[in-house]
Amino acid sequence: MFANHLQPDLNPETVERSPTRIGYGDGLLEAGKRDERVVALCCDLTESTKTHLFANEFPERFVQVGVAEQNLASVGSGMAAMGKIPFIASYAMFSPGRNWEQIRTTIAYNNANVKIAGAHAGVSVGPDGATHQAIEDIAIMRALPNMIVIAPADEHEARKVALAAAKHEGPVYFRLGRSATPTVTTPDSPFVIGKAERMFTRDEAHEKKVGIVSTGSLLFNSLMAAEQMNKEGIGASVLHMATIKPLDTEALIEFAKEHGKIVTVEEHQINGGLGGAVAECLGENCPTKMVRVGVQDVFGESGEPDELIEHFGMGIDSIIEKAKSIV
Amino acid sequence: MQYLSSKEIRSLELKANEIRQSIIEMLSEAKSGHTAGPLDMADVFTLLYFGVLKHDPKNPDWEERDRVILSNGHICPVLYATLAHAGYFEVEELLTLRKLGSRLQGHPHKAALPGIETSSGPLGSGLSQAVGMSLAERIDNPYSSKFFYCLTGDGELQEGQIWEAAMLAGKENLHNLIVIVDRNGFQIDGYTQDVMPMEPLAEKFEAFNFDVQEVDGHSMRALNDAIGKAQAVYSQPSVIIAHTIGSKGVDVFERDFRWHGNPPGKGPEDRVPKDKQAEVALQKLRTLAGTINQEDIS
Repeated sequence: MFANHLQPDLNPETVERSPTRIGYGDGLLEAGKRDERVVALCCDLTESTKTHLFANEFPERFVQVGVAEQNLASVGSGMAAMGKIPFIASYAMFSPGRNWEQIRTTIAYNNANVKIAGAHAGVSVGPDGATHQAIEDIAIMRALPNMIVIAPADEHEARKVALAAAKHEGPVYFRLGRSATPTVTTPDSPFVIGKAERMFTRDEAHEKKVGIVSTGSLLFNSLMAAEQMNKEGIGASVLHMATIKPLDTEALIEFAKEHGKIVTVEEHQINGGLGGAVAECLGENCPTKMVRVGVQDVFGESGEPDELIEHFGMGIDSIIEKAKSIV
Repeated sequence: MQYLSSKEIRSLELKANEIRQSIIEMLSEAKSGHTAGPLDMADVFTLLYFGVLKHDPKNPDWEERDRVILSNGHICPVLYATLAHAGYFEVEELLTLRKLGSRLQGHPHKAALPGIETSSGPLGSGLSQAVGMSLAERIDNPYSSKFFYCLTGDGELQEGQIWEAAMLAGKENLHNLIVIVDRNGFQIDGYTQDVMPMEPLAEKFEAFNFDVQEVDGHSMRALNDAIGKAQAVYSQPSVIIAHTIGSKGVDVFERDFRWHGNPPGKGPEDRVPKDKQAEVALQKLRTLAGTINQEDIS
């Protein structure tokens, strides 16, 4: 059954849909109102990253950097050195894609209090195609010491992530999506950096069990897959791992022990992302049979967002199929 | 701008000489690191820390301090040596350079050592950070008299990020940003003119809305005047192109690009054998290339 703090309507046909970047824009604006140290920087993508909400309200605390993502990261680091809380935004393919070394040296190594918003992450960017579909960002950011890595599930969670990031002392990366994805959580659903949340609990009557660990907006497909599997007699649960680093290892190990089989679900390469993080943790602590849903070591391509999710094997049926392959 | 008397200039020159000696000692002890840049920037660093900066070595985090952002991190021996001589930490600690557990990392690490404003080494990002600091300061205090001195080198100017940062600095008219370029004319692979010509450098910066000055990078008076003028420019960021002689102060190392990335003991042997390089360099410095008796400066 679904966690009691989720949206009442989770029917795929009628569920509300909104892009996570909308939640980011709202959260950034709110963070700016709460703390005058918050500043925002953007690379000519102010409206599509929703940074314009902040820029319109606080023009003196907004820096238009132009199309220069390497500069973006290091200017952010410099502002943090003077006590500001910079939020730097671009598309994930360019930040942290293009400017990874600047993030490593000037933000992570300096432990600078910079928040990195990577918009248009995942294949659901859609028609823009592979060049603009960041599906490696979790892997490259997860490798950095001092870095927090988060993939919010929906608009409400993205808003909470922005607010929590502003309060957290140190670098934070979070990825955002371009397309409207199902709104699963509510303004009251809990979000704490580093804490996994059980979103669906299996029917205990079923003997066969499988645990689905998801991150980002594929939480919705994971929930739908779990509900369907329970109808088919498989006790599937969903653990939402919004924070990929630091991984909530305690919750994950407990979840793996309870279910015995684990499926990871992410809109990212299966190598180095959530699937990698979960495999590392379970391999060391609680070896568990697992299978990874995500992009299978290939590049994306143009198409409509939902089409691409299906095409690359991250749709509801694909999750069920993968899960059944190990149950 | 502060006027420097002849006596003050002489005292700064002697201090720069002591700093050069420390650079040779620490590099030969470390057995790795860069020689030419640290030696040729010793005059600039000495003038900054002993004549120009608002700073307090006993309170390195003092809010009101000017910031020195070393963008070309590989010349950090000169920064470390200057900080030590200015009283940030003991001069003896310089000999730990590049050793396991040392606060003096091979390239500067902000968290390791007081007085280091940022970690640097990968080229091109220091100027961006200086721009960010200057922007942040302007939000808090548009009339600030705090200055942000970004030190960079002519080889580093080949990094695209430098020009991204210059564009933003020029756009934002960051008057409290003062960039000082070590224009020694060479880099690891050879002479800058051969590797990647940078001229017309002054015009390049002018095109990015910088106030540009070109000075003798070894003249305390010329450098001091240039910094004074740069401080007075209110509508633009400033760049001072300091024309330096690589490895300045040790004539047998000077002007040879092979000293860019080698320490004494591992440099080119045509003028001094490897095992004598540190000793000869120190002797040259202690006697100002043989022009004075050692007693005069002890």
